[in-house]
Amino acid sequence: MTEPAPAEQFDTLEQQRHAGLMGMWVFLITELLLFGGVFGAFTVFRVQHGEVFAEAAHHLDLMLGTINTVLLLTSGLTMALAEQAVGVRRRGLGVFFLLATILLGIVFLGIKAYEWHHEYTKQLLPVLDLPFNYPGEHPEVAELFFNFYYAMTGMHAAHMLIGIVILGVMAALIAGWRAPAKLDRQIHIVGLYWAFVDVVWIFVFTVLYLLRG
Amino acid sequence: MTVASHPENHHREHDYPEHYLSSNWTLRGWLLTVDHKRIAWLYTVSITGFFFLGGIAALLIRLELITAPGDLLSAKVYNEMFSLHGIVMVWFFLIPSIPATLGNFLMPMMVGAKDMAFPKLNLLSWYIYTVGGIFTLAAVLAGGVDTGWTFYTPYSSLFSNTSVIAAATGVFVVGFSSILTGLNFMVTTHTMRAPGLTWKRLPLFVWANYATGLIMVLATPVLSVTLLLMGLERGLGIGIFDPALGGDPLLFQHLFWFYSHPAVYIMILPAMGVVSEIIACFSRNPVFGYKGMVLSIAAIALFGFVVWGHHMFVSGQSLYSGILFSFFTFLVAVPSAVKTLNWTATMFRGRIWFSAPMIYALSFLGLFTIGGLTGVFLASLALDVHLHDTYFVTAHFHYIMVGGAVTAYLGGLHFWWPKMTGRMYSELWSKVAALALFIGFNLTFYPQFLLGYSGMPRRYHAYPEAFEFLHVLSSLGAGVLAIGYLLPLAYLAWSLWKGPRAPANPWDAYGLEWRANSPPIEHNFTETPRVTGGPYAYD
Ligand code: HEM
Ligand SMILES: [Cu+2]
Repeated sequence: MTEPAPAEQFDTLEQQRHAGLMGMWVFLITELLLFGGVFGAFTVFRVQHGEVFAEAAHHLDLMLGTINTVLLLTSGLTMALAEQAVGVRRRGLGVFFLLATILLGIVFLGIKAYEWHHEYTKQLLPVLDLPFNYPGEHPEVAELFFNFYYAMTGMHAAHMLIGIVILGVMAALIAGWRAPAKLDRQIHIVGLYWAFVDVVWIFVFTVLYLLRG
Repeated sequence: MTVASHPENHHREHDYPEHYLSSNWTLRGWLLTVDHKRIAWLYTVSITGFFFLGGIAALLIRLELITAPGDLLSAKVYNEMFSLHGIVMVWFFLIPSIPATLGNFLMPMMVGAKDMAFPKLNLLSWYIYTVGGIFTLAAVLAGGVDTGWTFYTPYSSLFSNTSVIAAATGVFVVGFSSILTGLNFMVTTHTMRAPGLTWKRLPLFVWANYATGLIMVLATPVLSVTLLLMGLERGLGIGIFDPALGGDPLLFQHLFWFYSHPAVYIMILPAMGVVSEIIACFSRNPVFGYKGMVLSIAAIALFGFVVWGHHMFVSGQSLYSGILFSFFTFLVAVPSAVKTLNWTATMFRGRIWFSAPMIYALSFLGLFTIGGLTGVFLASLALDVHLHDTYFVTAHFHYIMVGGAVTAYLGGLHFWWPKMTGRMYSELWSKVAALALFIGFNLTFYPQFLLGYSGMPRRYHAYPEAFEFLHVLSSLGAGVLAIGYLLPLAYLAWSLWKGPRAPANPWDAYGLEWRANSPPIEHNFTETPRVTGGPYAYD
């Protein structure tokens, strides 16, 4: 198979691949720092109000959170398989695994939305002047915990949503299958992004759901 | 030299060889360009617009302050004016200035590349910048913003009755442009260098912009999330900084200054890069202590991240934090001093040629030194308690950001103008402008040190009679300074049409960019240059 020519600004394909990967890595570092700011702030308050935060964490649905974690990790697997499939030029398989990844992502977001709704009915959604009825001590501190919960899961969900759109575009491109070598590079870069979304979720899940004792 | 012949292209100048400006002179050709050199021009135009808007606000402020009673602007309008001035100058002029204009034009050329690694991303970041900037400006003009450029909570999130969210959204959006530019610089420097261009042979301007890219990438996201949380607090009632909701306003300041102190280096490092190139060229001498210069760039970029607390000495952070931050702040002064000494040594051993760029570079040196030394005052805990939020601070940061960064920007513009446009400008007028800037600047801001030292707080639109004389001096200076900024606009524009043609290397300078035509062809070099030696092979 003949390799396509590199983009105008590059001399070789190798150079182009190198630049693309480095670009994505640097971008992910900025993303990490974006979340890092919130995690940092959260840590400050977690240390200050350890007990109340731990108590508040009990009001989150650990079961749903765990299911979501499993879903997301599985989607990481299907994404890796999609990359492999494109790498060995199996178009159909590539599209299949991408669609699976997208589906898992959508189910994840569905469950997330259900959780938010659930918290809303329990009056634990203290935004937009909604009532906040916390059945425990120090409700004002618990409110802070829930505020972080919405900020963090909301930011993560926004990243998932963007990821799902990009995966959809990738699936369409692979279905068209015009420049496989290029797709190979692209899906690798998209895979990095999806892996990042996975990793961030692990952290979000750990500090919000698991640190309850 | 290849003159690619496109019969359908009308050359504006028939005696010019083909270059990046000569063909495709259409709106599409400009607004959809992916050529880093044209993108640099897009930025230059937008940034100049913002600069003069911010300048008009500054003049209004200075007019108000000529007399002691607040008789020209009401307190409310005055607050909105200094907020407008600060927001525009910091977020839409200083942060992008040198990297987005000169950096965009020169980085690929200096590393011997055809373009940035990601040309489309480059164009995208200009769109993000311009749209975000105009959005903020509209918000500030229509709804008013009176928080100052720092958006401190809880005032911004709970009390201010102005369009804070819209303004902060614009700043948030423009942050992405900064991140994308930084990312492009880093990847370009890593992956696009011409054969033979090792890290030890990189021009200092490239090093400086590379380090700036690193800061943009590492610091901007933290600012983004800070503004996001502030917006969530104000808009949705999510409390992170509001004590009534268990939050902590100090946290806002920690997060904010974690970005905004390094942001000062986003402004000053590229300026240092420019000055290094100019001083080497016009002293006809290699930069003294190249390695030390590179190391101090790195040290400034890294230390910059651990000094943010010096903005919070009197905010209620613990005494120990205060002492620690004070210590680190003294440390970060060291590499700046190293650079200043090395520039001086470079000139000392050389033959100085007082061209306009060199006069700007020398002004930079003087003003930056004054700014730096007064910074040491502010870094001392005990003194800062007295000087905090007085005009001393205003004078200090103007010496660094305006006397330093803006002066270097103008110097760089004059240095590379012949390369960018293929035209020379009036030597006499450029020297007059550079001198007017130096004199006007000192007349404007030196009195402010005295004002602050004798206790005049910043951000007041009326003040006791005793301060009037110094304020009048300062306002007079602002008039002279305005001339210093307006003159270049006039003679540079003139040179575009009437200036004599520039040769490829009018200053007899070293550096890959001078090996290209003036103006360069579309992909910069007819063939990829090979590099065999260091960047400053003067004599
Ligand atoms: C042209 C001459 C200039 C004059 C006369 C001027 C004057 C002033 C004055 C009077 C203030 C208000 C100080 C206070 O009340 O605390 C101010 C604030 C400020 N200026 Fe300038 N300025 C000038 C140029 C610039 C430039 C070129 C920049 C940046 C590129 C800049 C950046 C700032 C910033 C960041 C603030 C802080 C705003 C705030 O307090 O929120 N200034 N300036
Ligand atoms: Cu600082």
